[in-house]
Amino acid sequence: MYSKAFFLASIAVAANAFAPSFLGGRLSLRQGAPTSAVSMKIELPPLPYEYTALEPKISKTTLTIHHDKHHAKYVNVANQMIEGTEMENDDCETIFMKAHKDGNVGLFNNAAQAWNHAFYWESMKSGGGGKPTGDIATQIEKDFGSYDKFKEEFSTAGNTAFGSGWAWLSWDGKKLVVDKTIGAGNPITDGKKPVLTMDVWEHAYYLKYQNRRPEYIAGFWNVVNWGKVSEYYETFAAKGVPVNWA
Amino acid sequence: MLRQSLRSVRSVAKAHGARAMSSYTLPPLPYELGALEPVVNTEIMTLHHGKHHATYVANLNAAMEKYAEAEAKKDVAAMIALQGAIKFNGGGHVNHSIFWTNLCAPKDVVAPAEASPELAKMIDAQWGSLDAFKTEFNTKTAAVQGSGWGWLGYDKAAKKLAIATCANQDPLSTTGLTPLLGIDVWEHAYYLQYKNVRPEYLKQVWQVVNWKNVAERFKAASA
Repeated sequence: MYSKAFFLASIAVAANAFAPSFLGGRLSLRQGAPTSAVSMKIELPPLPYEYTALEPKISKTTLTIHHDKHHAKYVNVANQMIEGTEMENDDCETIFMKAHKDGNVGLFNNAAQAWNHAFYWESMKSGGGGKPTGDIATQIEKDFGSYDKFKEEFSTAGNTAFGSGWAWLSWDGKKLVVDKTIGAGNPITDGKKPVLTMDVWEHAYYLKYQNRRPEYIAGFWNVVNWGKVSEYYETFAAKGVPVNWA
Repeated sequence: MLRQSLRSVRSVAKAHGARAMSSYTLPPLPYELGALEPVVNTEIMTLHHGKHHATYVANLNAAMEKYAEAEAKKDVAAMIALQGAIKFNGGGHVNHSIFWTNLCAPKDVVAPAEASPELAKMIDAQWGSLDAFKTEFNTKTAAVQGSGWGWLGYDKAAKKLAIATCANQDPLSTTGLTPLLGIDVWEHAYYLQYKNVRPEYLKQVWQVVNWKNVAERFKAASA
């Protein structure tokens, strides 16, 4: 009686209401309007804050172009690539994992970048920064020795990515680990669960910092959304959600 | 006492020699920083040459110094660990050194046919026309994911030209081709002026391509 789209949208709305916000964030990558056409495309999520929210560390101009042009393009290209395929109604993560498995580099690059950017926006907030508290703080101390050692390792990962890439803090099933990836690389393909990411493609910082990537990275620590990072960590680690995705 | 001072002089000389051997230097630009305006602006050239290329040179020198130390100790693991930094910074130095010579002020640009009839003929033979060549070059180069370069290279074995792209700072030599013309598509090469619109940068950059230099490289490669 109800259309498939309406049914799925209702689930999405319900999940948003009751699930931890990260699930809502991820589902928002998939929600289409309830009355939209048959296929449900990857959506470009709006920034979780104003374009000026991360000033002065990340400028309004950077966020505007980064979100409205770069992120938008990955979403559009990925949608074009999945149209008419069996992945048409899959969520972003499923799509890039299938692309990774199939060696479909073009689709992986765009779908993973759509996911990476949505996750990056959530890793930051206005008035962010400070130090983590609670379970994740304890785990960071356990796995890195101290918060400062973690911060240094994460910053180094970002500073030594030999090209466009990302720095990640992820849960590997037993501990938190720092990784760097090149291009669209994402630790989910290694069976890990990211809890924090930082974009070090030049477009993430060039307008304000030019070649001074270390300065951008130093500024990133003033906008990290530790509340969100905690949420992701607690969902994956503390509640024992299995690490390996289908 | 004389023997001792001779020994110290020798060790200082040796140290200087070792350092001189791995001393790479930033080549000067063959033109003023503003020479490529309005296609590539002064701000970009200042940063690109004075900061980005300069950093590759500095980091290459540092990596090579560490490599020499590792080699002296026969520490193979350390030598291997340094190869990534050498490839990245060395590649960056090689690529950019070629790049600056591949470009010139718009007023100094000549057509390929004028620079080298032989090169122009080969381009026409392989792509049909100069425009068709540029279209394929731009399409492939625009499609580079993340950071990298687009190249016109020469295949010495096949005696043919070839368009190729490389990731990050991998030099064209890793593909077996000899570099003739490289276009940097790392975002730092164009972002301040063209923002995310890489295809526009690629469309405009042909106005500053120094075909005389490309022809010189072609002549040397095809000799």
